[in-house]
Amino acid sequence: MARIIVVTSGKGGVGKTTTSAAIAMGLAKKGHKTAVIDFDVGLRNLDLIMGCERRVVYDFVNVINGEATLNQALIRDKNCNLLYILPASQTRDKDALSQEGVGRVLDELKKDFKYIVCDSPAGIEKGAHLAMYFADDAFVVTNPEVSSVRDSDRMLGILSSKSRRAEQNEEPINEFLLLTRYAPERVKLGEMLSVDDVQDILSLHLLGVIPESKSVLNASNSGTPVILDEKSDAGQAYADIVARYLGEERPHRFIDDKKGFFRNLFGGN
Amino acid sequence: MSLLDYFRISKVGTASLAKERLQILVAHERTSKHQPSYLPQLQKELLEVIQKYVKVSQDAISVTFEQDEHQETLELNIVLPDNQAKNT
Repeated sequence: MARIIVVTSGKGGVGKTTTSAAIAMGLAKKGHKTAVIDFDVGLRNLDLIMGCERRVVYDFVNVINGEATLNQALIRDKNCNLLYILPASQTRDKDALSQEGVGRVLDELKKDFKYIVCDSPAGIEKGAHLAMYFADDAFVVTNPEVSSVRDSDRMLGILSSKSRRAEQNEEPINEFLLLTRYAPERVKLGEMLSVDDVQDILSLHLLGVIPESKSVLNASNSGTPVILDEKSDAGQAYADIVARYLGEERPHRFIDDKKGFFRNLFGGN
Repeated sequence: MSLLDYFRISKVGTASLAKERLQILVAHERTSKHQPSYLPQLQKELLEVIQKYVKVSQDAISVTFEQDEHQETLELNIVLPDNQAKNT
């Protein structure tokens, strides 16, 4: 049975697209046929993060409008042949996505794919609503920062009341916390909310912590999901998250400040 | 974090303040989330009706909505001014 995952946050710039790209790649690398869909109509960016921006011919809206078939619009990833990308349209028409149309495309994808990752736009407007509406699981991407935590809480309210599962009185969406851009050394100094603080406030199941890392910008610069950078801390953190989501037990890493006293003392990074 | 930072005094982290503010805010937003959307309008109209008869101020009326597992309660609180309450 196919599962639909929404990567959401409310707030912009917290790492939704980075996360969508990484976990979609991670699931595909684990042998599951996976599609990742960009719901940010008008501001498409998943194609850039996945490194397939020059191969976009048709998009999500073309498929909904019957101007292209799903197979014509899906782009096979260059690094993994079990991963496909459905890019967003660059149209400025904000009503280009309809609930009926999105439902139809998702139903078609479910026949062929094991996981469908929906990369939500920021905000709580139509695109974000449709990205989460059909979801089975939600990855709530949060930064240890007040506005991000507040917006995540708002998003949790929307997931539990406005989704298809909520409307049809089915089992609720499984919600998971992904804490990104985490800086253990700043937490230690009391400058940043800790994992425990954020969990106290949101009471969510923690799927993993992604440390603030140079490798994330390097990965987006080169258009390769950061999870493929297996030597990097962020890449390993995403690999852990995918494994945990698939049911493996893995101890949490990257939560404690591993840098030595002397390294901190001399301002090492 | 460098050597100089260790000599600075009064370095109190702001994370605890962030947590405290968030806890209050989130608790407040979670209770108001379940309120029906007509509540502010209801409050406004009730106030207009009451003001026809009694001179009450804007903040003398409060409408609160509470929900538990078994029931939803709409609570209406009007504070009447002392002297006018007797006249009417």
